[in-house]
Amino acid sequence: MVHEMEEDHVEDMEVEVLSSMWPEDIDEAGKKFNVEKPGVHDNMLDDLAFIEEPSIVDFKRLVELTSYSEKGSSQLAYLVKNWEYKQENAVRLLREELENLSKQQRQVELKKLEIYEQHRFEEESYGGDKRPVSVLDEGYEIFQDVPRKRNDVIVENKQLEIDAEYDTVTYWKQQALYLGKLLEASVQREQILLEKLEESIEKLEKQSSPVEELSQILKRADNFLHFVLQNAPVVIGHQDKELRYRFIYNHFPSLREEDIIGKTDVEIFKGGGVKESQDFKREVLERGLPAKREITFETELFGAKTFLIYVEPVFSKDGEKIGVNYMGMEITDQVKKREKMVKLREEIAVQKAKETELNKTIHITEETMRAKQMLATMSHEIRSPLSGVVSMAEILSTTKLDKDQKQLLSVMLSSGDLVLQLINDILDLSKVESGVMRLEATKFRPREVIKHVLQTAAASLKKMLILEGHVADDVPLEVIGDVLRIRQILTNLISNAIKFTHQGKVQINLYVIADPYPECQLEPKINDDSAKNGHEDNESCSHENVVWIRCDVKDTGIGIPETALPNLFKKYMQAGADTARKYGGTGLGLAICKQLVELMGGHLTVSSKENYGSTFTFVLPHKVSLACDSSDDTDEFDDMADNESSDDDLSCGFFQFQPHSLVSVFTSNGSGIPHKVNAKEISLIDDDHSCIDTSSEPESSSKCGSENENTNCIKKEKDNCDDLPLASCSPSDEHSSRNGQEVVPNSETKPKILLVEDHVVNVMVARRMMRQLNQDMDVVNNGAEAVRAVHRCNYDLIFMDVCMPVMDGLEATRVIRSFEKTGNWDEARKAGVELEDSPSYDQILNGPRKRIPIIAMTANAMSESAEECFENGMDSFVTKPVTLQGLKQCLEQYVL
Amino acid sequence: MDAVSQLQRQFVEHATSLYREGYLDDQFTQLLKLQDESNPDFVVEVVSLFFEDSEKLLNNLATALQQESIDYKQVDAHVHQFKGSSSSIGAQRVKNVCVVFRNYCDEKNLDGCLVCLEQAKNEYLLVRNKLEALFNLEQQILQAGGSVPMMA
Repeated sequence: MVHEMEEDHVEDMEVEVLSSMWPEDIDEAGKKFNVEKPGVHDNMLDDLAFIEEPSIVDFKRLVELTSYSEKGSSQLAYLVKNWEYKQENAVRLLREELENLSKQQRQVELKKLEIYEQHRFEEESYGGDKRPVSVLDEGYEIFQDVPRKRNDVIVENKQLEIDAEYDTVTYWKQQALYLGKLLEASVQREQILLEKLEESIEKLEKQSSPVEELSQILKRADNFLHFVLQNAPVVIGHQDKELRYRFIYNHFPSLREEDIIGKTDVEIFKGGGVKESQDFKREVLERGLPAKREITFETELFGAKTFLIYVEPVFSKDGEKIGVNYMGMEITDQVKKREKMVKLREEIAVQKAKETELNKTIHITEETMRAKQMLATMSHEIRSPLSGVVSMAEILSTTKLDKDQKQLLSVMLSSGDLVLQLINDILDLSKVESGVMRLEATKFRPREVIKHVLQTAAASLKKMLILEGHVADDVPLEVIGDVLRIRQILTNLISNAIKFTHQGKVQINLYVIADPYPECQLEPKINDDSAKNGHEDNESCSHENVVWIRCDVKDTGIGIPETALPNLFKKYMQAGADTARKYGGTGLGLAICKQLVELMGGHLTVSSKENYGSTFTFVLPHKVSLACDSSDDTDEFDDMADNESSDDDLSCGFFQFQPHSLVSVFTSNGSGIPHKVNAKEISLIDDDHSCIDTSSEPESSSKCGSENENTNCIKKEKDNCDDLPLASCSPSDEHSSRNGQEVVPNSETKPKILLVEDHVVNVMVARRMMRQLNQDMDVVNNGAEAVRAVHRCNYDLIFMDVCMPVMDGLEATRVIRSFEKTGNWDEARKAGVELEDSPSYDQILNGPRKRIPIIAMTANAMSESAEECFENGMDSFVTKPVTLQGLKQCLEQYVL
Repeated sequence: MDAVSQLQRQFVEHATSLYREGYLDDQFTQLLKLQDESNPDFVVEVVSLFFEDSEKLLNNLATALQQESIDYKQVDAHVHQFKGSSSSIGAQRVKNVCVVFRNYCDEKNLDGCLVCLEQAKNEYLLVRNKLEALFNLEQQILQAGGSVPMMA
C-alpha cells in the first residue's frame, strides 16, 4: 500500500490537489457521507504545496513493518474497516438503484405484454372482418400506470386520438403505432439503463480497490505529518533490532539515503555522543520501555549539538522486539540558554553569599563600633560618680586630719586618680578608634611646646631628675599641626620616662629629618582647612612645605626588656607583670600615643636597653609655611620681644629644669627670667574691652575679666601646689602655648571661662563649683548670647549646654567654629544673631583664630549623642548634672 | 548638749533616709560640699531657687496640658528644664519621673503625660517637705549652738 502511495506521490504533488477520497462519480449520498470524514485536514492539505520530502525509506521494510508490527496492523485494520464501511454503503446505494431499475423494467415488461395482447386482439379483429370493432377502454388505464413523466406524451397522444374518430380502424392503427413507438422508447431506455448499470458495475469494480483508498488515506496522513513537521528541527527514524536505520526523516538532511539506511549510528557518525546514543537505544530495546535522554554530540558532521532523544521500542504482533522508533530534537540553543541560566543562578548565589558575608562584616563592624561607643559611654558614666569620690576625697584632704588619715587619704586619692586616668585613656582610645577624634591644624611653636611640657613635668617632679630639652636649629620656629595631641603625646612619654627613671635625666630632642617616605608624598591627615584659609588670607606668597620632625624622648631609667618590646604599644599591656604593681599605670598611655601619632601620619618607635634607659622616638610630618617665618609675624615677635625682653626665648634651643624648680635655665645667654606672679599686672587689667587688642597686646588676652580676688586665689594655690595637681604652677604658660601664634604672657592669669546654660539652678550650681575651683566665669543663657559673648570677648574655655532656647549649643558651636576658621561672623549673621558693632575686632583679626575649647554639657549621653557634639565641633563633653570633678578635669585638660 | 546631739542624730537619720529612699542622690552631696564659710547658705539658696522654678514649671506644665491642642514640644521643653534643675540639686525621684514624662511627650501620650505631671507634682511636694524638714533641723541645731554634721 505504502509502496503504491509512494509511486503515486510525485504525480500528486504536481497536481497539487488531492483527489477526494471518494470516486468522483459517486452520488450525492456518498458525498454527504464523505463530509463526516476528517474533511478539515483535507482542505488544509489541498491548499498546501509540498516540497520534496526528505524522507528516505526502505519501502520493503516499511511494508513489513506495517504488516508485522502491532501498530502497523492495527492501523491497517482500522483503514480496512473504514474502507469496508464505505464500500458497503456504496453497494447499498447501487443496489437500491438496481432495484429501481428492475422495477421499472418489470413495469415496462408488463405494459409491453398488455400492448401485445391488445395488438393481437386488434389484429385478430382486423384480421377477422378487417374492421376494428372492439374498443379497449382499459388502454387508458394502462397508460395511467405509466410514470407521470410520460403523461405529457400521453396527453398529446390523447389529443391525437381525438383527431381520429374513435373506434375506427384509423384510430386503432394510430393507437398501435403510437404504442409501438412507446415500446421502442421504453426498450431503448431499458437498454440505456442496462448499459449504465454495467458501466456502473464496471466502474465500481475499477474504483473500489481498497489499495487505492488506503493509499490515499495514507498519503493524506503523510502530508499532514509533513505539514506539521516540515520546519521542525526533528529527526524521526526507525531502527531495527541491530539498530540499523530502516527509515529516517530529517528535515535538514546532510547525508544521502544510501549513507544511512541499513547502517547503525556508529557506522555513520564519528565523535562524541554517538556511542552514547547507540548504547541508549540498545538499552531501550533491551528494557522494552520508552525513554528520553539528552545527548550532546560532537561530530565532524554537525559540530557540537545537543539532542533530546526519545526512543521507544517497537514490538511485533507476537510481542517480539523488532526495533526502535526514535525521535530527536535539537535543543543546543536551549541547552546553552539553560547553562547560561545555571551560570547566572550560580553567580547570583555567589553574589548573595558575598552580600551575606558583607552584611555580616558590616554587622560585626557596627557591633564593634557600638561596643566601642558603649565603652565610651560606660567610661563616661563611670567617670562621673568616680570623680565624685575623688573630689570628695580631695576636699576631705583639705580638712583637719591627723597623719594617719592623711596617708590613707593620699592612697585613696592616688588610686582614684589612677582609675580616672584609666577611664580618660579609654575614652581617648575609643575616640580614636571610632574615628571621632579629629585633628586640628593650628600654628604652634615646637620650642614652646617642649618648654611647657618640661615645665609642667618639672612642677610635679618628686625625684632628683634633670629634665632637658634640645631643639635643633633647623626646626622651624612655627609649624602647623594638632598641638593639643602633640602635647598629649609628649606629656605621656615624658611622664612615662619619669616614672621609670630613678636617677639621671630625661631628655627631649627635636630635630628635622628627611622625608621617610620620599616616594609617596604622604600628606599628614590633618584637617587643615583653618590653616589654609589663614594662609590665603594672611600670606599671599604662602608656600607650604612638609617638614618631618623627629622627637626623641630619652631617659636613663630601668629600660625595657627586649621580650617586652613587641607588646609595648598594645592596649593594656605593660612590660611585665611586676611593672604594673611597682609603677602603676593603665597600660593605655603608649597605645594612645601610638594611635595618635599614626593618626597624624607619623610613626612611633622605641629602642631600649635594660638598666640603661629607653628612647621613644616619634616622627611626624608638619606643614610649614615658608612665608610665616619671615615678614608678617616679625612685628608680632618684635612686640613680644620688646614686652618680655626675652627674645632668646623664641629661638632658644635648650631648656633645663632642675627638680622642684620652675625656673627654666636658658643656657644660651644665661639670663633665665623667673616667671613669677605679677600681681600688679593682673590687678591692673580688669576691663573686658582690653581683650579686643589681643593681637597687639599679648598679655591681655588671657587676663581680661580677672578680678582682684583671683590674685589671692592664685596665691593660695601656690601654697599647696605640690599636693594638688589642679593648682598647676604656671597655668598661664601652658595656656599661652596653646595659642600658637599668640605671644607668651609672662604672668599668671586666670583662664577666661564662659558658661552657656539656660537654667538658673544649673547656673547657680556650676558657678559655685567654679568658685570652689578658684575660677570665675561669665554666664550667658543661650547659644545666641554665647556667640555674642565670643564676639565681644576672648574666652579660653566654653561650657555649652546642648539643649537651649533661641539657639542650641550645637549651632552656637558651629557658628563659633566658623568664625575661628574664617575670621568673620558671616555665619553668625546668617544664623540671625545680632552682633554689636566692634569693627576693630573684625578688622584686626581677619584671619583664622585660635580654637576655643568647647565642652558640651549633655543631659544624657543617649539623645544628645557625643558624636553629634563632636560633629559640630565640640571638643569634649561632660554629663549633667555637672560635678566638681567633671569641671575640674575639663579645666585641667583644656586651660590649666 | 543632749538636745543638740539629739537633733544632730535626727538630722543624720533624716538625711540618710533621704538618700536611702532615693529622694536625693550624690548631686545633693556635691551641693553640700560646695557650701563653706564663705557661702554658708548656698544649699538653701539653690534649693529655694529650685522650689521657685519648679512651681513655675509645674504650673506651666499644667496649663500646657490643658490646652485644646497640646504643644508637646513646649511640654517637652518644660519637662527638660524640670529634669535639668531637679538633677542639678539631686532630687532624684523628681528627675526619674521627668525621664518617663519625656517619653510620654515623645509619644504624645496625653494620659501618660497627665499621670506623670501628677507624679512629678507629688514627688516634688514630697522632696520639698523632706528638704524643708532637713533645713529646719539644721536651723534648730545651729540655734542650739551645735554644728551641722557633715554628710559624706
